[in-house]
Order: sequence, then structure tokens, then C-alpha cells
Amino acid sequence: MVVMKPELAFGWIMPEIVITLSAVFILLLSAFRRKNDIGRLAGGLSLIGAGLALFLTCRLWNSDIDIFNGLYTIDNFGIFFKALALVISLLVTLLSLRYVEREEMIKGEYYALMLFGILGMMIMVSSNHFVTIFIGLEVMSIAIYVLCGLLIGNPRSAEASLKYFLLGAFATAFLLYGIALIYGTTGILDVREIARYVTSGNFLITPAFMAGMALLIVGFGFKTASVPFHMWTPDVYEGAPTSITAYMATGVKAAAFGAFLRVFYTALYPFLTEWSGLLWIIAVLTMTLGNITALMQNDIKRMLAYSSIAHAGYILIAFAVGDRVFSASILFYLLVYSFMNIGAFAVVILLGRKEAPNTGIESYAGLATRHPMIALAMSVFLLSLAGVPPLAGFMGKFYVLSDAIKAGYYGLAVIGVLNSVVAAYYYLRVIMYMYFKEPEGEIGRLDLSPAYAVVIGISIWALFHMGIFPRSFLLIARESVNIFM
Amino acid sequence: MDMVLFPLLSTIIFLPLAVALVLILLPRKNPLLIKVFTLVWTILEFGLSLPLFFQFNEKTAGMQFMENLDWFPEYGIGYVLGADGISMLLVLLTTFLTVLCVLCSWNSITDKVKEYYASFLLLETAMLGALCALDLVLFYIFWELMLVPMYLLIGVWGGPRRIYAAIKFFLFTMVGSVLMLLAIMALYFHFGRDTGLYTFNLLDLYKANIPVMKQYWLFAAFAVSFAIKVPMFPFHTWLPDAHTEAPTAGSVILAGVLLKMGTYGFLRFAIPLFPQAALAATPLISILALVGIIYGAVMCIMQTDMKRLIAYSSVSHLGYVMLGIFAFNMQGLEGGIYQMLNHGISTGGLFLVVGMIYERRHTRMIADFGGLSKVMPRLAVFFMIITLSSIALPGTNGFVGEFLILLGAFRSNISYGVLAATGVILGAVYMLWMFQRVMFGQITKEENRGLKDITKRETVILCAIVFFIFFMGLYSQAFFRKIDATAAGYLQNMQTKIASSNPAGPVPWR
Repeated sequence: MVVMKPELAFGWIMPEIVITLSAVFILLLSAFRRKNDIGRLAGGLSLIGAGLALFLTCRLWNSDIDIFNGLYTIDNFGIFFKALALVISLLVTLLSLRYVEREEMIKGEYYALMLFGILGMMIMVSSNHFVTIFIGLEVMSIAIYVLCGLLIGNPRSAEASLKYFLLGAFATAFLLYGIALIYGTTGILDVREIARYVTSGNFLITPAFMAGMALLIVGFGFKTASVPFHMWTPDVYEGAPTSITAYMATGVKAAAFGAFLRVFYTALYPFLTEWSGLLWIIAVLTMTLGNITALMQNDIKRMLAYSSIAHAGYILIAFAVGDRVFSASILFYLLVYSFMNIGAFAVVILLGRKEAPNTGIESYAGLATRHPMIALAMSVFLLSLAGVPPLAGFMGKFYVLSDAIKAGYYGLAVIGVLNSVVAAYYYLRVIMYMYFKEPEGEIGRLDLSPAYAVVIGISIWALFHMGIFPRSFLLIARESVNIFM
Repeated sequence: MDMVLFPLLSTIIFLPLAVALVLILLPRKNPLLIKVFTLVWTILEFGLSLPLFFQFNEKTAGMQFMENLDWFPEYGIGYVLGADGISMLLVLLTTFLTVLCVLCSWNSITDKVKEYYASFLLLETAMLGALCALDLVLFYIFWELMLVPMYLLIGVWGGPRRIYAAIKFFLFTMVGSVLMLLAIMALYFHFGRDTGLYTFNLLDLYKANIPVMKQYWLFAAFAVSFAIKVPMFPFHTWLPDAHTEAPTAGSVILAGVLLKMGTYGFLRFAIPLFPQAALAATPLISILALVGIIYGAVMCIMQTDMKRLIAYSSVSHLGYVMLGIFAFNMQGLEGGIYQMLNHGISTGGLFLVVGMIYERRHTRMIADFGGLSKVMPRLAVFFMIITLSSIALPGTNGFVGEFLILLGAFRSNISYGVLAATGVILGAVYMLWMFQRVMFGQITKEENRGLKDITKRETVILCAIVFFIFFMGLYSQAFFRKIDATAAGYLQNMQTKIASSNPAGPVPWR
């Protein structure tokens, strides 16, 4: 561990600085320019900012350094999640370019808040210090509470925002209380120091510490949308602007899992036997409830919301197993999951219009006749979500399940695969509507802007590439989890 | 196990996929171009697979035409392909039937022609890949990939209840295969811990030494997956629906190749990987096979829909194959393998004939016909030959396979043999009765009077089928020569494995 002077440390957080400056600049710009012509400019700026930050982040690969007196850490684990968050933000920004105009949202603030959200994600995944993790989580959450409500004049959007804010505030309080209890019993806020202290032999496990751990699970469980802390998810995902739904379902979930993983696989890893059973139950509940409820949904956004709950459940399989080397499968799954989800939401956005969001499943009837390419793309995303090889979704499940089998968690693995059969039913149902049914009514002219094509194209390419040649991605994920060794 | 310089198997497997990708770029407005293009390439594909037959070394039981590339070495996943006597013949069956399927869809598919043929070619790639894969992950990928195009074929171009049938097909097969996936992983970790070699390579995993209790579980997972595909009683309920609703070509390929994936899976994976468990499960599986034989035949007698009847006859026929495989002697095994090919040809032929009749009359109900032989004499001849092949008349291919299976069954257990033989009689009853009701007698319905006899295209299709019925019936030696070494090696391997793990125990075959 190298300790350096604060002024030298700024070099290590250049990506964060770039994102912050872009966000502030966009915010200022929107204050000084007329509202209606800023969309493209702000979108372009945030693309440039995120792209530059992504480049700078990737250049930091293979560093392992603590800065700002241990408040901030640059390591491969953090870099992986930061890069993932930035890729997500790039894709979602591309999706937003036309969507924001179509839905007549406030443009400047939209992009600025999205960048602040990314900033929060980047902070929360690159720290071993509870306080920094908490600050990152709050920066992210507050930006997203607002983003959810940006569909002005749409009561569902306002409801989503308020609901997410109120429940999120509770969850944050739980998390903070958990941190406080752990700090109270150990006197330490750095997760690695906690791990060292609790295994040193002078530590006696107390109910307060256990309660702190449980509260942390509640807090992170809320952000990762795990059952029984998932209640907000369907309403918020349905009400929020679709691009923000995609952003929440992928970015927020990935960042929350990143921090969750870091805390539990370092500070609380000595208590694996205590929390593993709890997470086993949560994983089963999350998968099963998510999938079974998704069966009954007739709205695609809501279905994808429940499916994202179910996917959190699959990730929790690997989490509950608690194998440090194989936790790489969690990272890989999040990566794959992000692409397939963003792709699916891109199609949802593409089919909608201001007057008619077209998110009901019947809007997809006969899509293969009207727009064969869009139907084909959507099928790829849905089949990947269902875990059909050779798409990446299969590889993601494969590695997660092999964790469970390796550690002898056969019951969990069987529940997981049976769940994936249930899930196949509702994903196939959409494909069935697109291919087997005749078109009903009109969905109107689509806005086929190249930005959508780019997002969909990249996602499809990524799903095939990571499905057929997963090797390099999985090796990167493995190097990222080396910090737990 | 010599490596070849030219990756023949890879070329055969991925050529249809490449053709499908080119097909997508062809103009939608010109369906004839799409059809001709697909036909030419499927014929070339069949031609390309012929060297497998002629260059096949019949002296060795090992895998031939091997290709072995690293794919994900850190996890022991490889790109391993190879063919032995069993898979080689099934590959040929697949490429052959695909040509016929393209031909028989010529006029019956008018909607979304491009997607139809692209799905078909994708399906061909998946089937060939599953037959040649010798790495469990690679196999599983192809195995699951088969579901998607078949789902689309049934769902988009199928009959009135196609959506129900398509989803039922997909979910049934998926339940089985996900359990198999877990068993594959468990096997992988067991072998890795045991030997230090973490690999999904099947040829290495054959050497695994697995405790018997664990074998039971793993065998059960594999067996359920394959039994659903075969389909064995009581997992067969998806089959009549899928067959009835699928378009003709879909039924042909489903009966011809997809069902064989189940029996092939037993032969290639479930039995050699877990020999003790397979042996212990023999009574259960044999009895289920017998139940399938008789139940399928009885169900056939009661069917009113020709396609449904043939679907149930598949349940019965595949019961024979399973019985033969689980007789664990040379006759039963070779008969089982041969019957897999026969069933592909004869049941494929029956579906083709029914498809031709359906194209003309748009009904498949037996009651709607009668006396068709008067208006369609040429079709009647072909139909008769295929029917006789299906009920295993001596001289046709069906006889050779069924006879060997019965011989094997009698040698392993007399009561199995006796029960299976009653199935032969029932088979003659339902097939001939159906034939009689449809083709003979007076023309009772006016609509049937104007039916046109088969066209040149259809004659070509049926001639190809009939050629193989007689060729395989009269000169079966050409095929058995290819199977002999593989089957003998297979039994030999199993015997040594059982004997080595259980030195005191009896060796259960003669």
C-alpha cells in the first residue's frame, strides 16, 4: 500500500473529476442557454465526458493504491465496476438522445443528473471505507430519485420518484444504522481493517454486530432489488422514464452489487457461515418471486422489472456460495446482464411514442411482420435473458451455477435452473407475440434514429461475443476479484 | 484418433449457418431464389457429408475426424469434435432429411419464406453440432440451440394449436436439459477433484471413477433430459402436440433427427459416463420402454388424425430403440442404432406422405378419406411401401432393426422379448388399418374425387425414401460394417468399467 500526498492523489481520480466537471458544465450551460436547443449539446457533452472517463479508467487497470488517507482506493475491482458503469452510461445516453426530446423532458438537468448518478456509482465501488461507500451511494441515489420524476405531467413518473425516494430514504437509514453498529462494536470504518480485527482473536461477536450485518443486507438488498426489499421496483421501473429504468436496472444494480460484494467479501467474510444462509433464502425468494410474478405481467416494462428482480436472485446464488475466486462469475453476470437489459429497454423505447408508450405486450403482436429486424434483435435479448446458448446470458448463468455446484449447493442450483425454465416462459411469450400473432392495431411510425441502432448493435455484438468467447471477459473479472485474496 | 488437416466436421456443422446468414441478405421479394439457393446448398451439404461415410475407418472403435481446439482452457472447455459409427450415420441422416425437408416445403410454405429456411438451416447446424460435439459444454450449447429454431418452426408455420404446442415443446425439453446442465457441472467438479484435471472433454470424462450413489443422481439427471427428448413414457406428452401442429418438414425433422438426439444422448453420454447406474436402471428403463411400445401402439389404434397416429407410433418405435440399447448385448445395441436410422427414414416418409395428402385436402382426419388409391395410385404405392417398412416387413429396413432388437431383448430377458413382440403385432394392426381406411375401399367423399396424384417433385422425394428403405433392408451390411467396431468397442468399454469397479460382482451379459 502506497501512501501519497493528497495533491498527487488527484491523478488517480481523474475519471471522477472528468465526470464531475462535465456534469457541472452541463448544468451551468443549461442555466445560461435557452432550454429547447440544449438537448443535443448536453447529450454530446455527456457522451464525451463519459467516453473520456472510460478511457482514463481503463488506463488505471492493474493499479492498487490507497489515496486520501485510505478513504479512496483504486484497485481492479473498483475499476471493473467503474468501467461497467461508464459503459452503461454511454449506452443509456445514446438511448436518451432522442427519447429525451420525444418525451419533452428537461434536457440539461437530465444529463447532468445522469452523470452525477454515475459519479456516485464510481465512488461507491472504489472505496474500502464505509463513509465513502455511503457517500457514493447517496450521491447516486439522490440523482436517481430526481431522474425518476422527470416525465413532467405524468403522474406515474411522479409517483415513481416519490416512492423511490421515501423507500430509498428508509433503506439508506438501515444501511447507515448497520454501518454505525459495526463501527460501534469494532471502532473501525475500513472494511479491510475490520476483517483483520475480527479475525485477530480479540474480537467477540456480539448481537449488535450481527444486527449491523443484517441491516447492511437490508440496505444493499434494497438497492439491488432483492426480495423482500423489492416492493418499490415494479412501480418505479414502470413509472420512470424508460431510459432511466434501463439505467437503474443495470447501473444501480451493478454498483450496489459492487459495494455489497466488497463489504461482504472483505469485512464480513469471516462470518460467511452466518450470512450465507440468510442470502441463500433471499436468493431463492428473489428468483422465485421475481419469476412467478413476471409470468403474470402484460406490460413489458413491468415484466422486465420483475425479470430484473429474478436476475438479482441468480447473482445472489453465487453471492451466497461465498467462493472468493469464483465470485468473478458475479462480475461477469452483471456485465452480461447490463447488455441484454439495455438492449431490451432500447427496443421498448424504440417502439414507444409520446402519445402511446406501447409497452403493453399486445403492441408486440406481429412485430416480426412489420419490423423483422427489430423483432429479431428483441428475440436475441430475450433469449439471452432466458439463458439460451450461445448467447451471453447462458454463459453468465453457467458460471453462476457452476459456483453453486462446486461448493455443493445443489439445492440452490436446482432451484435456480427450475426458475430459469419458468423465466423462459415469459420471455418466450413476448417472442410468441412478435412472431406467432398477427398485428393488432397500429403502433405508428417508429423513430428509427441511428443512435438506437448503435445501442442495439453493440448490445447484440456483446451478447454474441461474450457468449461464444467469454474467456477474456471472465479473466478480467477474475483479476478484478483478486483483491479478495 | 488421428487428427485431420481439413476440418471436415466443422465445415459440415457450420456450413448451414453460413448459408442461413447469406439467406437473410437475399431479397424477400424473390421466394424462388431463396428456395433454390437453400436447396442447392443443402444438397451440397449432403454431398459434403458423404466423405464421412466413405472415408470412415471401420476397423476402429475410436473417434474419427477429430478436431480439438482450446476454447476456454482455464475452465477446461474445449472445441472438441469427432464422429464414430453412431454419430457418423446420424449426421448423414440429418443432412439427407434436410434436403427432403427443403423439397417438401417448396409449395406449402408461402409466408415468411426466408425466415423459414433460415430457421431450418440453423436447426441443421445445431443438430449436427450436437451429434459431433465431444465436449460437454459444446454439446450442451448445440443441444439447447436446437430448441429455438424448432420452437419457431412449430410456432410460426404450424397448425391451429401451434402456440400451445410450441411452448409445451420448449418448456418440456428445457426442464430436462437444465437438470442435465447441473449434472454436467457436478461431473466436471467431481472429475477435477478426483484427478486434478478440470475438463469438459468427454473422452477424458469417460475415465471418471464415480461412486455409485453419485452416479445414480447424475445418471438420473441425464436420463430425464434424454428421456424427454426420446420421448419415453411418461415424458412423451409433448410429442403428439408438437408433431401434429408442426409443418410437414418440421415433423419430419422432429421425428427423423430430434428424437434420435435422446437415444443418441443415452448412447454417447448417460450410459458410458455412468455405467453402473445405467445397469442398475436397466429394469426400470426397459419396462418404461415396453410400456411405451404397447401404450404408443394402443394409442395409435384410437387416433383419428393421421399425424397424431404417426406421432404415437414414434413413441412405440423409440421404445424399441431404448429396449435394444438397454439390452446391453451386441444384437440389441446394433439393432437399436439401426432402428434409429430406420425410424428416421420410414417415419419421416410417413410424415411426408401425410403432408402431401394434407396439402391437397387440408385435413388429416382418417374419416375424411377412403379409396384414395383410386385417384392417387402412385402415392398409394409409395405409401404402402413406407407403411410396410414401418411395420418391419422382411425386405425393408424396419425388419432388420426390429428383428435384432427383439433378438437382443430375448437374450437379455425373455419376458421383455415376448412383450416387445406383441408390440410388433399391434404395429401391424394400427398401420395397416389406417392405410386401409385411407387408401382402400370406395371413395366416400366427393371432395376426394378430384385429387391430383403426386407431382414430379414429390415423386423424387418419395423415391429417395423408398430407395433407402430397400437399400437398408437388403444390403444392411453396408451400414453394419460401420457400426460393428463402434458397438463392439462400446460394449467392451462398459464391461471393463463395470468389472474394474466391481471385481467380485457378476458381469450381467453373455
